[in-house]
Amino acid sequence: MSTWALTARQAGFDVRLLLRNGEQLLLTLIIPVVLLVLLTASDVVSLGQPPGVPRVDAALAGVLAVAVLSSAFTSLAISTGFDRRSGALLMLATTPLSRTTILAARSLATLLVVAVQVVVLFAVAALLGWRPAPGDVATALMLVLLGTLCLGALGFALGGALRAEATLAVANAVFLVLLVAGGTALPTTSLPAPVAAIVGWLPSALLGDGLRECLAGETGPGGLPLFVTAIALGAWMLAGILVARRTFRWD
Amino acid sequence: MQPAAVLDEVVVAVGRGRRGSGEHRALDGLSLSLAPGRVTALLGPNGAGKSTTVAVLAGLTVPSGGTAAVLGGQPGRESARARVGVMLQEGGLPTGARAEELVRHIAALRGSPDTAGPLIDRLGIRQLGRTTIRRMSGGERGRVSLACALVGAPELVLLDEPTSGLDPRGRAIVAEIVAELRDRGTTVLLSTHLLDEAERLSDDVAIILKGRCAALGDRDTLSAGALDTVSFEASMHLDLTSLCDALPEGCRALEVEPGRYRIEGPADARTLATVTAWCAQHGVMPRSLRTGAGGLEELYWRLTGSDGASP
Repeated sequence: MSTWALTARQAGFDVRLLLRNGEQLLLTLIIPVVLLVLLTASDVVSLGQPPGVPRVDAALAGVLAVAVLSSAFTSLAISTGFDRRSGALLMLATTPLSRTTILAARSLATLLVVAVQVVVLFAVAALLGWRPAPGDVATALMLVLLGTLCLGALGFALGGALRAEATLAVANAVFLVLLVAGGTALPTTSLPAPVAAIVGWLPSALLGDGLRECLAGETGPGGLPLFVTAIALGAWMLAGILVARRTFRWD
Repeated sequence: MQPAAVLDEVVVAVGRGRRGSGEHRALDGLSLSLAPGRVTALLGPNGAGKSTTVAVLAGLTVPSGGTAAVLGGQPGRESARARVGVMLQEGGLPTGARAEELVRHIAALRGSPDTAGPLIDRLGIRQLGRTTIRRMSGGERGRVSLACALVGAPELVLLDEPTSGLDPRGRAIVAEIVAELRDRGTTVLLSTHLLDEAERLSDDVAIILKGRCAALGDRDTLSAGALDTVSFEASMHLDLTSLCDALPEGCRALEVEPGRYRIEGPADARTLATVTAWCAQHGVMPRSLRTGAGGLEELYWRLTGSDGASP
């Protein structure tokens, strides 16, 4: 079998296991959908969208960032940690899959799960009255792709280095902190200015604020142009890859 | 014929002092060769380096010294992975998978999906149904893991304690499968703690101790080198000093495991008579009284010694 066929087959297998796991589904689908509905329906918190832009536009942008954070970072780190502990990664490394293929397949599986999340969230947002312009959606999808690769690299760096239980704790804690104050669901403009200036450069905020910029016409505290956002995400991705290359353990 | 796998003076250093200081060597100059088409039993106490040996042959651990070759090349290279089936001791199964889908998946990765069906039937994997690996017992996981090692008809099969956790029926199936693999000309490395299993299933035996090979060779030749013994089972912790005093000159009495005794020395009528007389005097009933060459078991105990036994 060619490397491509092996990667595709393994990715399909990974996706099946991911979508079957109840806890993962809660994290990757149910929480984002509930959040989208709540943020759209209630105006307790400000989403920072300019006047005339519907709330759902800004809510969808933030929730997309949450969705990517949950599957590319948290879920990937946790599954990597537990597959190391069970020896499943080693077992796979004794099959015709090479180590590169195993990680590529897992990344591809993550992209596929993100694709499912995007489709579901777009559908729910459309029901809530979201009417996107095609150009914005294409830019947003490019950002989602870049954000997935970036947060995925960081997820591998975390899940490949710590013990499974430590990965579980750290990945969930980071998710909760970034969900509330990481510029994902809520814009960094909702944070105190000095904090926002720092948080704005975290991958979660780069993605969240970037998506709000294309889908809701918002500009973050630094008012980063989209190409700067893309470069910064790329830099985080490189950092994640470099760390993972040095620290990734298979057992 | 060329050996299926050769390890020459292999060293594997692990953990820079997580437990205590200094470098620990899981393998310390281990040399081993697996004759093609034969079953080699890999014996040794816990921590001797059996699993590390399997990991090196599977290409999972790269030796820090010495050379390793599998099927004429580097272990773990692409063409070797396609031809070598591995069952790891901890199973190494993705916890969210179901048994049958996993076995079929690995078979497909190995490019021979047809080999999954017979093993699924044989190892009772269909009965595991929709249960995920997470919810299976150790024995059930063992069966799945074994099936994953055997799909795709590999030329070399590395089995790390395949019968641990299996019930007697499971063990019998493993024994049958190993015998069939040999008939088919597959080379098998069978790491095990069960000496009778090794004696029954293997052609060759390797005993490893502290990361080195202490004995390697044809099972019968090795067993023939074993000393004469009288062995029996009785209650634990008999007074061996008194028994030794009673025995003829040159005999040695050992409690190899609690309640299992062996007298090394001439296994003749006189020794036997002394043992039974001593037992009668001390009100001990010697069960499973046997004489003759001690075979693999005697060799194992002699090589590993009392401090070689697991704690």
